[in-house]
Amino acid sequence: VISMAGDDLIRVGPEPLDLAEVSQAVRRDSCGAIASFVGVVRNEHQGRRVQYLIYEAYAPMAEAEMARIAEEIHRRWKVERVGMVHRTGRLEISEASVIIAVAAPHRREALEACAWAIEELKKTVPIWKKEFTVDGGEWVLGDPSAPR
Amino acid sequence: MRIRAKLFAPYRELIGEPEVWLDIDPGRTVADAVEALQKAHPVLARQPYRPLTACNLRHVPGSHVLAEGDELALLPPVSGG
Repeated sequence: VISMAGDDLIRVGPEPLDLAEVSQAVRRDSCGAIASFVGVVRNEHQGRRVQYLIYEAYAPMAEAEMARIAEEIHRRWKVERVGMVHRTGRLEISEASVIIAVAAPHRREALEACAWAIEELKKTVPIWKKEFTVDGGEWVLGDPSAPR
Repeated sequence: MRIRAKLFAPYRELIGEPEVWLDIDPGRTVADAVEALQKAHPVLARQPYRPLTACNLRHVPGSHVLAEGDELALLPPVSGG
């Protein structure tokens, strides 16, 4: 699913993620900075050896929530474009699960907005992670306190 | 009235269905619907976390009043990223 909320790039789906593609999508001649965050699958969690992960999303709501985060960024910072993409399905170790890129005229706004976006995504966007080890699969759930 | 309730991640696996239909009286809230679902599927009530709830793709509190045709969703604590 691909949707452009204004000039922003928002996408949740099974396709592999590519930092160069997301950076290019947010790039603008008026922007002197593109800050990005890439979340990748780590090989261990709380002492357990992780083999792979499966991400499940409530995709239409996840995209709506990510668009809300992008809108909030435009309200709070002088930022020109936001890209937020999250992958679903089976991901192997070292593959990217999420990429955020923020383009702004100046670096401070780009860096701050990018850092805020990943924290907010982890709190409110309806996506879940199931971790597979030699012992089988287990859902890893987040902080149960309700989103705003 | 009939409400569609979508279930995700552990909730979906516990019930064995990605969505269920629920008959409730008009004027009932999201909390009422969750209670009815937990009564129909006791395994949902035995989970360590109370579900977050969404209606028509937005987070809503338990006090949100449901309307015919709404899409309710039971969300385990999210863990994307």
